[in-house]
Amino acid sequence: MRHLVAFPILALAVILQSAIVSRISLLSGYADLVLIIVIAWALQERVETAWHWAVLAGSMYAFVTGLPWAIPLAGFLVAVLIARGLQKRIWQAPLIAMFTVTFLASLFSHLLSYTVINIIGASMPFGDAFSLVTLPSILLNLLLAIPIFWLMRDLAQWVAPVEEED
Amino acid sequence: MRDLLSRSLQTTIIFLVVGGILALAFGGYFSTASNWFTGLLVDTQSWFSTRYIAIQDFFAAPRDVASLRQRNAELESEVAALRAQVIELSERASQVDTLAALVDYSRANPESSYVAADVIGRDPSPFLHYIIINRGSNDGILRGMPVVTDQGLVGRVDAVIADAARVQLITDPLSAVNVRLQASDVEAVLNGSVTGNLSLNLIPQDVTIEEGDLVLTSGLGGGYPTDLPIGQVINIRKREADLFQQASVQAVVDFSRLSIVLVITNFRPVNIEPLVPSPVP
Repeated sequence: MRHLVAFPILALAVILQSAIVSRISLLSGYADLVLIIVIAWALQERVETAWHWAVLAGSMYAFVTGLPWAIPLAGFLVAVLIARGLQKRIWQAPLIAMFTVTFLASLFSHLLSYTVINIIGASMPFGDAFSLVTLPSILLNLLLAIPIFWLMRDLAQWVAPVEEED
Repeated sequence: MRDLLSRSLQTTIIFLVVGGILALAFGGYFSTASNWFTGLLVDTQSWFSTRYIAIQDFFAAPRDVASLRQRNAELESEVAALRAQVIELSERASQVDTLAALVDYSRANPESSYVAADVIGRDPSPFLHYIIINRGSNDGILRGMPVVTDQGLVGRVDAVIADAARVQLITDPLSAVNVRLQASDVEAVLNGSVTGNLSLNLIPQDVTIEEGDLVLTSGLGGGYPTDLPIGQVINIRKREADLFQQASVQAVVDFSRLSIVLVITNFRPVNIEPLVPSPVP
């Protein structure tokens, strides 16, 4: 039953992203709160619902954004894929894993968005998009990564508490 | 009888002496002595008074501190409440100013009917420039309706649900608006960009345009009403090798501070897709 906490948390994250985080910009970029939450959740030990969170977050995100619905969904699924892959390799240093996944997933998500928007019809110079949108967004995502990781760790302990051995 | 006379005499003498001393004192003849005496009295009284007040404060002070603290807390909470009220009132005043400007705009343009909406969010993707407003199909909002402020064109409704709608701003990289330059009456296309800058494209080379020219919607294509102000030309790029001139446009609307917008509800965009010739196989 506690797994259903994903619904209010992701809904709140999408609302906060749209209402507040999207207004706090650095150059033309801003942080992606929902992506960071999904990554932080996927990096927690004992969490088995990371893929569910990715699909749910992608669906909610697609409801708000003007991007085609598959773009945010693909971004979140790839983020979980990277997080799950790295978690098994550098499980002793979760913060390094968090930073690495945040960087890679943000980069992938932006490249995907950039490519699709250019295919749809906009002509954006890659240099402008990378320096004015992607790099500032990655920086803001990395700043958000630590507090969100600790919050999600506490949430993971509540959702899937450690069983004491006798 | 003799005793009675001597007692009366004594009394009279005493009264005279006292009266005389008082008269002399009032006349200022005993000022040195009286000053010394009154000074002694005052000093003594002061000594007792200060000790008494000190003792009184010692016993009464804790009660006063408590009452003062309580009073201070009451005043602090009152100040906090008043500050919150000031913030709320200034926010309302700002909102009233915006609404007044929008009402003036709608009165000046009575041919259109409007629905006012609050901006409640922005697109989560930094590549796109969309806003979310708190009016939807329940309020008569339909896809394609133009959105304006009292200053000029904002964009058009891109998606609608019951109580909200998503508006594509004219600064969006995927936005294209047919416009005309008021001074030269030349038509062009206005495009947004990822940074939110507006550029004017497809301006013929043989046309002279100048910085400061006003850019208005042309109405071509049926996507927007005619003559909605958009901005002013601020920079022109004209190269002989190019087919068309380009120009940068400074928007009249401050898109970073959008809080209330008007949706033009009696405008229906024309779908010209059936008129576009399809390539013959």
